[in-house]
Amino acid sequence: MPKIEVDTIRCKGCELCIPACPKNVIGLSKTFSSTGYYPATMVKPEACNGCKLCAYVCPDVAITVYK
Amino acid sequence: MEIVFQQTPGLTETPMRYCPGCGHGVVHRLVAEAYTELGMKEKTIGVAPVGCSVFADEYFNVDMIQGPHGRGPAIATGIKRCKPESLVFSYQGDGDLASIGMAETIHSAARSENITIIFINNAIYGMTGGQMAPTTLIGMKSTTSPHGRTVEANGYPIKMCELLAALDGPVYLERVSVDKPAAVVKAKRAIKRAFQYQIEKRGFTLVEILSQCPTDWGMMPLAALERVRKEMMPFFPLGIYKEPADSKAAVAEKE
Repeated sequence: MPKIEVDTIRCKGCELCIPACPKNVIGLSKTFSSTGYYPATMVKPEACNGCKLCAYVCPDVAITVYK
Repeated sequence: MEIVFQQTPGLTETPMRYCPGCGHGVVHRLVAEAYTELGMKEKTIGVAPVGCSVFADEYFNVDMIQGPHGRGPAIATGIKRCKPESLVFSYQGDGDLASIGMAETIHSAARSENITIIFINNAIYGMTGGQMAPTTLIGMKSTTSPHGRTVEANGYPIKMCELLAALDGPVYLERVSVDKPAAVVKAKRAIKRAFQYQIEKRGFTLVEILSQCPTDWGMMPLAALERVRKEMMPFFPLGIYKEPADSKAAVAEKE
């Protein structure tokens, strides 16, 4: 199943990936990362189709996409 | 399971220290992907500016020189003339390129130096704390125009692509943005084309990228993207301002 992996050290929780996702897969985590931000995370992992659009807009190159 | 997107080897592993939602990170990735995909990673030399991206040498996995404020094109000229086989780019912001570095920019364009300038236009001085830049829009608030920029007091913003297009020297000028996935793909194509023209020794190329600065605009990142679309794009229209007559796009248009 396609999925994304967010590097929680790089992610700053800017939310740019959230509207970029056509399937609304991404949301912010409810817990702090070690850098003090709420990192992006998959809230609907079953809907991910590995389209990479979130990774295109991520300013911190924090997203790795698997398909 | 196969990896379909991961960080390019053109960037280092160092996490970027830009503010959350800043456009610099995307552009760094696009530049790094462009020279890596063109097979020029080992031959690329970059010039870091003064501004938020002053530490760009920590992020680009190529040889970098950090230049004095606005002098990027002059340094890039020197590197390119000494090492004509290398791919030389100067990464600059709007305070750096359009204000103190205006002379270097215009003269390197007029000489048609075979270099590429990556110009980030976020309409404000980012690193120094949100002062008014030459590209600040009319009515836009900054720390040095707290009631908004006015024509009477501050004149009009400078449109760099239009300005340089009037010269004979530049070969390729394009303005792009990074506000949505499709725009990011277009921006990457523009950067890659600029590098390609440099490799073909055609002359001066510049790609202007409209970027957001959520911190100094005092906005959330998503609201800042909205401002790029609603306020910046009408004043700074996207598109190609100059390209070689034999480029694919130009030929297709004529036909």
